[in-house]
This record gives sequence, C-alpha cells and structure tokens, in this order.
Amino acid sequence: MSETNASPIRLNGAQALIKSLEMEGVEVVFGYPGGAILPVYDPIIDAKLRHVLVRHEQGAGHAAEGYAHATGKPGVCMVTSGPAATNVVTPLADAYLDSVPMVCITGQVALAAIGTDAFQECDTTGITRSITKHNMLVTRAEDIPMAIKEAFHIATTGRPGPVLVDIPKDIVDANNPAAYFDFVYPTEVNLPGYAPETGVDAVAVDRAVELMRAAERPVLYVGGGVLKSRGAEALLRLAELGDLPVVTTLMARGAFPDSHELCLGMPGMHGNYTAVTAMQQSDLLIAMGSRFDDRVTGKVGAFAPDAKIIHVDVDPAEHGKVRRPDVAIVGDCRVVMEAMVAELEAAGGPSAFADHTPWRQQLSGWQETYPLTYQPSQPGEYLKPQYVLERLRDACPADTIVASGVGQHQMWASQYWNFDHPYTWINSGGLGTMGFSIPAAIGAKAAFPDRMVWAVDGDGCFQMTGQELITAAIERIPIKVALLNNAYLGMVRQWQELFYDERYSEVHLGYDLPDYVKWAESMGCVGFRVEEPDEVDVTIAKANQINDRPVVVEFRCLSEEKVYPMVPAGGSNDDILVDPSQRADSPEGAQ
Amino acid sequence: MVNPSNAPHRTIVVLVENKAGVLARVADLFARRGYNIVSLAVAPTDDDRFSRLTIVVDIESTPLDQIVKQLFKLINVVEIAELAPGDSVERELLLVTVEVSPENRSQIVEIVDIFEGKILAVAPGSLTVSLDGRPDKLDDFEALLGDYTIVDLQRSGRIALPKVGRQVPRLRAAV
Repeated sequence: MSETNASPIRLNGAQALIKSLEMEGVEVVFGYPGGAILPVYDPIIDAKLRHVLVRHEQGAGHAAEGYAHATGKPGVCMVTSGPAATNVVTPLADAYLDSVPMVCITGQVALAAIGTDAFQECDTTGITRSITKHNMLVTRAEDIPMAIKEAFHIATTGRPGPVLVDIPKDIVDANNPAAYFDFVYPTEVNLPGYAPETGVDAVAVDRAVELMRAAERPVLYVGGGVLKSRGAEALLRLAELGDLPVVTTLMARGAFPDSHELCLGMPGMHGNYTAVTAMQQSDLLIAMGSRFDDRVTGKVGAFAPDAKIIHVDVDPAEHGKVRRPDVAIVGDCRVVMEAMVAELEAAGGPSAFADHTPWRQQLSGWQETYPLTYQPSQPGEYLKPQYVLERLRDACPADTIVASGVGQHQMWASQYWNFDHPYTWINSGGLGTMGFSIPAAIGAKAAFPDRMVWAVDGDGCFQMTGQELITAAIERIPIKVALLNNAYLGMVRQWQELFYDERYSEVHLGYDLPDYVKWAESMGCVGFRVEEPDEVDVTIAKANQINDRPVVVEFRCLSEEKVYPMVPAGGSNDDILVDPSQRADSPEGAQ
Repeated sequence: MVNPSNAPHRTIVVLVENKAGVLARVADLFARRGYNIVSLAVAPTDDDRFSRLTIVVDIESTPLDQIVKQLFKLINVVEIAELAPGDSVERELLLVTVEVSPENRSQIVEIVDIFEGKILAVAPGSLTVSLDGRPDKLDDFEALLGDYTIVDLQRSGRIALPKVGRQVPRLRAAV
C-alpha cells in the first residue's frame, strides 16, 4: 500500500474510486471513457496515476493483462457500460483461464435505470460471472473503497484472476449529494467465505519427497502457477537439488532457463519431441502449478501411463479434475517448493535419490535425434518464420519481453526463443485469443519503459488489434512488432492441409492487403518490410535502434510452413509427428 | 434438473453469504460445468448474514469432491457439509391438486389420511392436498396418485439438518 489514510476526508464516489486505486498502489490504468463512467474520468485529470487511452476496450483489457504478466502486479482497466463492458469480456475470459491478476472497473447505468433496458445497459455482472474470479455490483458510494479493497485482495491472492467491479453512474456523480461520504480506506477485507491456502501440508510434502527420491524417470512438469507464485528461484533449487528434468508449459516459458542442462523445453501439442516423450515415459510427474490442460496431455487416457503424479496447486479444484494425483498438495508453488527443498536437503541432497543416469542419457539421446528443426528457405522463396525468430532472438537483449498473438507464430516464438528469465514471455494460453500481442506488449512496455518489448504477431492477429499501435505511438510506448505475414490464418491452414484434405476454406488473407508498412506509418510507427533472408539482420538492427516510436517489421513468410512437432488433436502423445526430415520414411530420416 | 429417482445423488448443505446474486452464482456454476442439480432449496438462516442452500446433486457424471471444490471457489460460499442419509433428518413438502369424481373422492381422501396429508381446499371437481415428510414417503404418495388425474403438482425440494448429536463432515470451510 502506498500510503495510509486514517482521518476521513469528504469525497464523492468518483473521487473515492480514484483514491482507492491510488491507495492500492496502482500506477497505470488502461481505459476508455463513455457515458456511465464519465463521472469517474473527471478526477482522473488530477490523479497521480497514469491513464492510457486505448483505441478499443479489448485493448484496455489485454494491456492490463500484459502489465500483470510482466510485473506480477494486478493490471487495471476501466471502461463504460454496455458495449464497452461486452468488449472487455474477451480479456476477462482470457485472464480467467490464464489466472492473470486483473481488476476491471465498468460503469453501469444509474441504479434506478438498472433492469429497464436503459441506453448502454447490459447485465455486466451476469455476463461476466463465469469468466471472473469474482464480480460485484456496488450500490452505495460508501461501499466503493471496500469493493476496491476486496477486488485487489481477491485478484492477487490464492489462484490469481480477474475481478470486475460494476459501478452505477449515480453513486459516482458529483452532483448527487448521496454520492458524498467520509472516505477512509479499509485495512481489512470482510470475506468470510474466502481463505486461500497459505500454509504447507508437511505430511504431503514428506510423501512427495519420498516419491521423488524413489523415481527413476522423474519429470518436473512446470506450469504458469510457478510464475504466479514468483517461484522461479525455488524451482531452480528444487530441480538442481533433485536432479529433476524440467518441462515448461506454454504458460511457464521462462520459469526455468532454457539454457539449463535440465531444461527439456515445452511439452504439448507443439512441444518438442524430448519434452513430450519424457512425460509419456516418466515414472513420476511432479506437476507444479500446471493443470493437465488438453493441449499438454493429448488423449488423457494415454497420457503418461506409468507415471505417479504429485500435483501441487493453490487451487484444490485442479486436483483430480483431469488426472487423479497420488499426492495432492494444496498450496502456493513457491512455498511448497521451498518446503521440498528443505526436506531434500535434510535427506542428504542428490545422494538420497535413485540413479537418474540412464534416464538422463535417454533424454539427451532424444535431444540429439529429434532437435527442433526446419529446412532453410530456397532462393526465391519467402522467409522461414523460424529463421526470423532465431535471428530476432539473437539480436535482442536477454531480458527482452516477448508478447505473442495466437497461432503458428506463437508456437514458433515459444519454440525458438531462448527464455532464460522469468516474466519475459507473455501470451494467451488458455483462451487462445488472437490479437493479444500488441495490446499485451503495450501493457508490458508501460510497466518497463526501459526494457525492449517485442510483439510477435501474425497477419490475422495484427488485423484484429493493430489499431492499438496508435495508442502506443501517442502514449509514447514504443513497442516493436515482428509481423510474420504468411498471407494465411496459418494454423487453420495447417489443420486444413493435414486433416481436411488440403481443402482451404476461408483461410486466405493475402500478403498485400492491407499494406502493413503504410498502415504502420499511418499510425505513427516506423514500418519496414523484409522479403529476403539477407535483409533480416540489418532490419532487426535498425528496428532495435528506434526508441522514440513503435516499429512494425513485416516479415514475408512462406505460407506452406507448418509447426512441428505436432500431436494431432485428440491423439495420444505417443503419436507425435516430428519434422518430415526426422521421420523414418524420410530420405534424410533419423531412424 | 434430472429425474430424482434414478440418478445416484448426495445431499450437501452450502452456507453462503446473504448477498445479491449468490443463488445465480451457484446455479451458473452447475450449468457452466455441466453438473446436475436434483433439487435445490434456499432460505435465510438464523444469522441474517448467511443463507443455507440444501442441494441434492447428481454424482453420476462428476464426483462429489470436484463439485464441492468448484463450489467452494465461489467467494460467497462460506461452508459446505455433506448430509448423509443416515446422519440427517430430511424433509420435503408436496402440494398437489387432483381431479375427483363422486366415485373416487373417498379413495383419494383415504390415501391422504394414510399418509397424514392435509386437505387444503375442496372444490366440486378437485382437491388440493399438502403433504410433508421424508422424500421417499412423498415419492410413494406421488406414485399412488398416479392412478388419478393430477391437475398440478409441486414439490419444494428437500431441506435437511444433521440428526441431533451427529457430527456432520465439513467438506470445505473458510473458517
């Protein structure tokens, strides 16, 4: 909390709302004004916090998410009622599925108008009930401070998530005498039904450590919960102490350094062969803040059939939702991992473990046989997106933040970037929201103006939220966008090629319309277009030197390129399709 | 809702904060996650901060454990306990209006008497009856009335309390 406030001051609801946000230490609000929220925008002129005016309410929500992903602090967005509230539905659902701490404030029509189908009225709390961790409709001005206090408490504790606070116009109206009250910011919340687990079940930790010591083929299956708990350091100690190979899911990239010898990389539908197969053949999966998502397990019945399961999650409902754990531990991942480390140290460190040498040898054998790979582009062909990402990766500082959209470019970015720092990878994993990257990158860059922030985007995604580059230009939030233009909804095209007999239905977007360079320039950005491999490095270097405005680099990429490996949807992870060059029937096949 | 008679079910008692929209939150959760409610009764408790929901849940497709954990994630849910049939007193209320003729009137009145029901209203061609008791008693009564023409029938859904002196397993509690 930034300050205390013991003696009451007379404020109206709007002033109280802004004051409450300041009391919560909010530095930046992403928002868009409109009728019902107008009274709240008046005191913003005098507020200490920064307001970033987006160009579409969806952008406000994703920017708040990007800010939260990068900082670990709750992201805040504020919009008006009705259509604005429905426009933040997507970011709310996105934040709910990826457990992103976020507070969303929506304006609502005046109390007397609620339920009358008034102008710009919608049932915001009803619509968002199943996509928020909690929501509330505040009906009295004097309840605003407690609502905000509780919203931030709920959003940031236990399993984080989005909380929406719906505020009718009249209780924030400076002309309404009933909107005035003596403001005191509460120090305690009043939530008798809310008590997230903060301790550790020592008996369960004992049993988990026992399984860890006996396992011959263990894998630490690390999910986004490790990042949410700020647990990267504890994870490194646990993995090294236990000699435990680590996979990091799409939500956990960066939680464990990719360059570490124990790191196997990303598992799942587009995970690498070793990560996927290590899980399949393990005898112990230590699921740490991960939730056995269908994109990770493939066909659940065929997933890691011989593995015992230790499942650590702060949300007990994740235990047994998909796979029954042998040891379930409810708790914050960092706290639990620290307890495990203490227990392992007491047990005598690595010498207390079963021999992992054969397992480690098998893993490195797979890594040698089935590395991530692609064929370089032929002369005259457009670029290989993998090549672009490798060059971009090598040209950027290690602490560069990468925000991604959803589709092929997201998978390639996750595969080919080298994540050695936590909180450098921001993407939409659960909801899979196209258009996520640009507003999310803006949120991250607003939090860390001195860090380099690249949005990796596809042409389909760019057309959904590209207008937020106007926000970035005007607000001096100079993000960079690597637009991998392959003229298609690439992932849809890949599925149509592989599973729909190459019948390409409604999937072609075209390289030239819109002209992305002109569009970028019209939004106050610098625009580049790269078509040849030898232009890649020099253009990236130019882009990296521009710090006074956003940059868009359009890389013309080959339409036919596919993401491999791939586990077909609904298939078993044993049926993983590696790159064609690595298949048994390939001329240059590895086996 | 499913037919109460053929789904395996359990009874849970859910203490919730008495706040606007709480019932909708519970109902939404069941709908959103594909859980089935057999019956649901809600009423304030002796403490006006809280209401108590008695929910009979179908556990055929989803284990009770998962239903309870998801329910407890609702911020306004304070406590969840299970009422096993042997450890609890369950009651339900049934109201029924049935067509009567001079020929069958006495038969129907006799059935109502046997079940210790009450005749609430009498009209030339129909009777309205109330009956309270254990849910299986109401099932039997309803089955016997099947031979006659039912105009309207409404059951309240069961409410339940632990038997005096019995420990009720608290499945989840915030305090």
